[in-house]
Amino acid sequence: MSEDLLVRAKNLNVKFVSRDATVHAVNGVDFQLAQREVLCILGESGSGKSVTLRAIMGLNPRGKTVVEGELNVCGQDVVGASEAQMSQLRGRQVAMIFQEPMTALDPVFTIGRQIAETIVRHESISYKDALARALDLLELVQIPSAKRRLEAYPHELSGGLRQRAMIAIALSCKPKLLLADEPTTALDATVQIQILLLLRRLQQELGMGVIFVTHDLGVAGEIADRIAVMYAGRFVEEGPVRDVMRAPLHPYAQGLLGATVHAGLRGKRLTTIPGAPPDLRAIAPGCSFAPRCAMVEAACRADLPNLRSPEPGRSARCIHVNEAA
Amino acid sequence: MLQLPTMPDRGGPAQPLLIVQNLVKHFPLKGGLFGQGGKVQAVDGIDFEIRKGETLGIVGESGCGKSTASRLIMSLIEPTDGEIIFDGEKVGTAALPLKEYRRQVQMVFQDSYASLNPRLSIEESIAFGPMVHGLGRSRAIPRAHDLLTAVGLAPAQFAHRYPHELSGGQRQRVNIARALALRPRMLILDEPVSALDKSVEAQVLNMLLDLKAQFELTYLFISHDLNVVQHVADRVLVMYLGRVAEIGPVDSIFAAPQHPYTQALLASRPSMDPDRRRTEPPITGDPPNPVNPPSGCRFRTRCSLAEDICASATPPLGTTGPMHQAACHIVAPGSGHSMASREAA
Ligand SMILES: Nc1ncnc2c1ncn2[C@@H]1O[C@H](COP(=O)(O)OP(=O)(O)OP(=O)(O)O)[C@@H](O)[C@H]1O
Ligand SMILES: Nc1ncnc2c1ncn2[C@@H]1O[C@H](COP(=O)(O)OP(=O)(O)OP(=O)(O)O)[C@@H](O)[C@H]1O
Ligand code: SF4
Ligand SMILES: [Mg+2]
Ligand SMILES: [Mg+2]
Repeated sequence: MSEDLLVRAKNLNVKFVSRDATVHAVNGVDFQLAQREVLCILGESGSGKSVTLRAIMGLNPRGKTVVEGELNVCGQDVVGASEAQMSQLRGRQVAMIFQEPMTALDPVFTIGRQIAETIVRHESISYKDALARALDLLELVQIPSAKRRLEAYPHELSGGLRQRAMIAIALSCKPKLLLADEPTTALDATVQIQILLLLRRLQQELGMGVIFVTHDLGVAGEIADRIAVMYAGRFVEEGPVRDVMRAPLHPYAQGLLGATVHAGLRGKRLTTIPGAPPDLRAIAPGCSFAPRCAMVEAACRADLPNLRSPEPGRSARCIHVNEAA
Repeated sequence: MLQLPTMPDRGGPAQPLLIVQNLVKHFPLKGGLFGQGGKVQAVDGIDFEIRKGETLGIVGESGCGKSTASRLIMSLIEPTDGEIIFDGEKVGTAALPLKEYRRQVQMVFQDSYASLNPRLSIEESIAFGPMVHGLGRSRAIPRAHDLLTAVGLAPAQFAHRYPHELSGGQRQRVNIARALALRPRMLILDEPVSALDKSVEAQVLNMLLDLKAQFELTYLFISHDLNVVQHVADRVLVMYLGRVAEIGPVDSIFAAPQHPYTQALLASRPSMDPDRRRTEPPITGDPPNPVNPPSGCRFRTRCSLAEDICASATPPLGTTGPMHQAACHIVAPGSGHSMASREAA
């Protein structure tokens, strides 16, 4: 594997097995993430975005999760890794932020203590030095009156400040790879743009690779280098942000763009995608979007379309996309 | 037998369907310091009208009082102050008793699941209201089926299902059908598509536009999504911390916002163009707490144009253009703000 790649996934499959059913959450995902690259995974509820991110962190529940295929993160093979190897990876190289900051913050400790203890756990420095670093981190994420905020408990902070505090904790291990699971979805518009711009600046200044999960095309447009569109556990399209936003290749991605309300459509009917996503307990052969697709043909239902690349850097899983000659 | 017809139009086309006057709701804080004094100023004196057949959109950030305002209008909670006038009649008087008013105004909430009784089948949920109002089951059930068809759910497939057997988008359609069952004249839609996926959101928005024409409805449409409001609303009301910041026709609000808050809200939208990304956040910080709102203009703590006058005086909601009003000292002639014109109006 190339030295430059932070993540390489090949035919990644994740399923959850229980007595009553098997949920096929991720069904053959291929992608690579280079250093300093920002990939947005765009998709609707249940398409497998969070499960993909958690697979990279090794955070899907052990016991019921079956991971197959190849997944290499910062040089570590994740599929066969022990819990000890994964916790090394999580502490040193990879960090994750969430939609709800309280899942990452402990309500009974001050912000300063939580950051300092995270640092002490991973580096051999004194608590006092770690606390000084915590202050730097709060300033880095632009928390006003950072010194005073070291003493604050999570519930004493507004939603936007809590989100910044969570980002500070994630950055405390100087990660090479930041995984972001809808970190701005629950925020107000005027706060969301602040957090997005902050993440973009930090990504550039610290040179991190980022995988950013969102269901909002506009958010992806602000931060992504590349966009992967996910449907029923597969990347149905992947490409540079401009191309995917302006001229998507896959009918599902086209439908999503048409269904996204934006200026200029006032009073007009929106394009809709009929129907609903498939039940992941029984994946049918062929293209998962076929039952909802206006361009469906018999071949779509027969076999899963392979990834076709009409031009370098772009690909889609649809029989109507022509492979470059 | 009761037919449940639509209520007649009493005041004629010139009479606004709904007039809200100085509506106030302060929630006392439980266990506040010394047991008194603390209160959440959730809605603090709002005035507006909704004309017959129009869609008024309300936008604003979390906690600015949108849902409280809608619950006040539905008279689900008691106002601290203020009046609601429906088609020329004051609500809760002999001329318009609450029970009759509540039939004419129905509400759809964001949480499609919590709004449905899990033990009632879909057809029973929709037929429930009309049956409470005296319609017999033998008529209420076929009506429920007609409404299911109107919201795009085939009765044969869905009438006997229970809420947990439906997707979020399907449940929201059922909620809308249920709201329509009493033949209301107005729907209050509180974030009706916020919990839905984009492809489903588009289906429900299209359907709401169709139903509005089919049933001659008036909408109060609440959303934090400016794109959605721009798409559905005729006029837009922008709320900030319990007050009206700006109100006007949708085109002039989006093309020429007058209030610095509206300008910031619009500029906070993702650009939808990777070549013209946002570079600076329009404003910093979070909205302040409505327990202790800033004096004067409530936006002043985040406003880059604030001056002394903004802290000392509350800006009035003043006219800035045709049907367009904003509450900012900058657009109030003679206010004393350095950017305001000198002479008083
Ligand atoms: N631990 C689990 N056990 C069983 N099924 C699971 C588990 N975690 C996720 N799933 C299922 O896997 C599928 C993909 O879920 P995932 O959380 O990745 O969706 P998502 O794309 O992140 O959606 P959202 O936008 O709603 O967050 C869903 O059908 C979900 O119900
Ligand atoms: N029953 C209540 N008791 C005390 N405070 C309340 C009550 N209901 C609402 N509030 C407070 O009133 C303020 C306005 O709340 P409201 O729900 O109206 O906001 P909103 O604009 O609908 O927000 P959102 O976008 O989050 O739905 C908030 O600070 C809220 O915490
Ligand atoms: S009144 Fe003052 S603080 Fe309020 S919006 Fe206008 S300029 Fe800003
Ligand atoms: Mg998720
Ligand atoms: Mg609300």
